Amino acid sequence: MQVPILKQGAYLIATVQSALTDEDLKQLRDTLVLQVSKVRARGVIVDVTALDVIDSFATRTLRDVAYMIRLRGAETVIVGIQPEVAFSMVKLGLTLEGVATSLDLEEGLAYLNRNGNGHAQEVRTHR
Amino acid sequence: MGTLRRSGLIADEVRVSIDCDSDVVSARQKGRELASQCGFPSTDTAVVATAISELARNIVRYAVRGEIILRLVQNNGKRGIEVVAADDGPGIADIGLAMQDGYSTSGGLGLGLPGTRRLMDDFEITSDFGKGTVVTVRRWRR
Repeated sequence: MQVPILKQGAYLIATVQSALTDEDLKQLRDTLVLQVSKVRARGVIVDVTALDVIDSFATRTLRDVAYMIRLRGAETVIVGIQPEVAFSMVKLGLTLEGVATSLDLEEGLAYLNRNGNGHAQEVRTHR
Repeated sequence: MGTLRRSGLIADEVRVSIDCDSDVVSARQKGRELASQCGFPSTDTAVVATAISELARNIVRYAVRGEIILRLVQNNGKRGIEVVAADDGPGIADIGLAMQDGYSTSGGLGLGLPGTRRLMDDFEITSDFGKGTVVTVRRWRR
């Protein structure tokens, strides 16, 4: 199941459409890290609204995406984690530490717009 | 199957054989269906699906192949869902260590087993080193 990635201005938006296997998640990670430099994106949004399970592997992969993209000089926001998914993640012990999250796509875009000019500062506040 | 009889089986079981990535996804989808059939609210179906995902992935990662068995169970008028993850893989050398947060022999987060115990109400694990592992978990309807 391929995740479509759209370019909107300086941002890449990856919208997960359905359940992803571990292999799909790894592919999404690799594609995003490559695409971010290819299109010189300043920000990446991963929309996980459609995911009904975010387990330890998915969390680790999403975290890796954010860290790798930060090393490439761009910022990542994970948007749309559903309430019951958030509940299960916390019970399991998963936190997405150091990764920006927003309620939905709109909030995610607003977050990137706010932080667009202060990237270096943003990195510090996330540590 | 003694535990099962005591819990009281109220529906046929669903068996999902696990030997690749996509089986992990189909096992948790079947678990979600069964849980919502049982009348679990959506928070609980997500919890059950997440636990299944962790257990099924452990099978793929450590044992290569195995099985997830899903059952609706009943105990003292309470209804619940039981998930059995069984494999005949290498087994777990030290269950105490495997149950510790952050311990992993595969470079993972090490949250699969301890996290699954936190997600579910009942948690039982038996592992024969060299013979395989059976994890049985249950979640009861509130």
